[in-house]
Amino acid sequence: MDFGSTFFYKYRRFIKTLKIYLLLAGPGLIVMLADNDAGGITTYAVTGSKYGYGLIWFLLLLLPVAYVVQEMTVRLGAVTKRGHAEAIFDAFGSFWGWFSFIDLALVNWLTLVTEFIGMTAALAIFHVPPIVTVIIVSIVMMLMVLQGKYWTWEKIAILFAALNIIYIPAAFLVHPSVSEVLSVGLIPHFPGGFNGTLFFFLMANIGTTIAPWMIFFQQSAVVDKGMKEKDIPWGQMDTLIGSAFTVLVAIFIVVVTGTVLYGVEVESAAQAASMMMTTSPWLGTCIAIGLFNAGFLGAICISLASSWAFGEVFGWAHSLNLKVRQAPWFYACYLFALITAGGVVLLPNAPLVLITLFVQVIAVTLLPAALVFLILLLNNEEIMGKYRNTTLQNIAGTVIVVAIIVLSTLYALTTLFPEWLM
Amino acid sequence: MLTLETIFGERIGSVFRGWTDKIHEINKKYEKPRITMSRGVKIALMFIRVYLILLVLILGYKFWTMVK
Repeated sequence: MDFGSTFFYKYRRFIKTLKIYLLLAGPGLIVMLADNDAGGITTYAVTGSKYGYGLIWFLLLLLPVAYVVQEMTVRLGAVTKRGHAEAIFDAFGSFWGWFSFIDLALVNWLTLVTEFIGMTAALAIFHVPPIVTVIIVSIVMMLMVLQGKYWTWEKIAILFAALNIIYIPAAFLVHPSVSEVLSVGLIPHFPGGFNGTLFFFLMANIGTTIAPWMIFFQQSAVVDKGMKEKDIPWGQMDTLIGSAFTVLVAIFIVVVTGTVLYGVEVESAAQAASMMMTTSPWLGTCIAIGLFNAGFLGAICISLASSWAFGEVFGWAHSLNLKVRQAPWFYACYLFALITAGGVVLLPNAPLVLITLFVQVIAVTLLPAALVFLILLLNNEEIMGKYRNTTLQNIAGTVIVVAIIVLSTLYALTTLFPEWLM
Repeated sequence: MLTLETIFGERIGSVFRGWTDKIHEINKKYEKPRITMSRGVKIALMFIRVYLILLVLILGYKFWTMVK
């Protein structure tokens, strides 16, 4: 074959592969980009202002962590054709099932509150009252699910997910010193030494990268999308690309606040956006739009993860492919979560920033329980067959669980004994 | 005899009755787990669970002290 023919053949093959990927892409990409939700953006913004580029190496470590955890949900969903809540009830019985389910319902709701906090704070910069934000967002979110097709919902969600990338050009606007980012950011070290604050930030950063709702969401999305065993490699690729994007976006946010606001006491992403608005309106606007978008994306995924889980456990019809009259409880659950979480944000004098950071830490503290069940399920030959975990995957999963428990314990100890390690 | 209907009234009580019946139904459906766990695994799982709840309670305490 001459060069032209070879090139044409490879081009056709690439286009075909891309088309298949675009058809099957979705759950991994959405869950990973939604993972950089309002709480996530706040955590990264505060991390950058407090530690500069000092924890970028830690964010890079979270890429394989996120991939290892979420990839397991792709295999589990594609093989069992069951959402995660149902899979746990079925495999471990109702006693353990209720434990996991209550954890999920609680953490999801708390996280949903943080999404509303982020959205209202972001639009408050443009002088939109919180109550207007809550009402409009809830209506738009309901309309998104009421159109009656998973495929349409997914493509709209991907559009919002793509907006998450706004932080990458934002980082170029602040002209960071690339050599400093690389020299300070890529060498593992603990800025300021071991102390309770550092543990808190490490945990909050893990909590924004992997969270219980993500496990439940991606597995249910894989099932609702109708992915089969043969689609697993595509799901894995989707998850890998999503993991890379989520970490990349996180790093760029840290670079933005680490460059502009390093050493400044910043409490939230909204505050960071307001501060930047005074010096660079474009940058401030980018951060504010990104924060709103992150909250919106997080909210649509989390409320959906809860509705799927309730549907699976209570045996209600639960699919975005069904109309309201076919799955009334599924949509009622979704609406209930939105209204109650939105209502919390409207409470006067609620410590919203503190709630946001603590929810991230509570989510990561409860995460090992969900991970243990995930690993046990993925090791069952009867359920998983040839798709069960390899030794390497088990080692990676176990290391993640142990590391999170150790970090949670250290943070709890510094809480109980503040003089310790300070 | 004390029933949900006598405590909450006929209407609300019957709603609660529906929920408790549903929970009983779910418990019955998943009575026999597909994965049988050894006693050691069950104890380890319960330990992790209780330990994590304890950590969350400590976090709640920290949150409360900060809000105050």
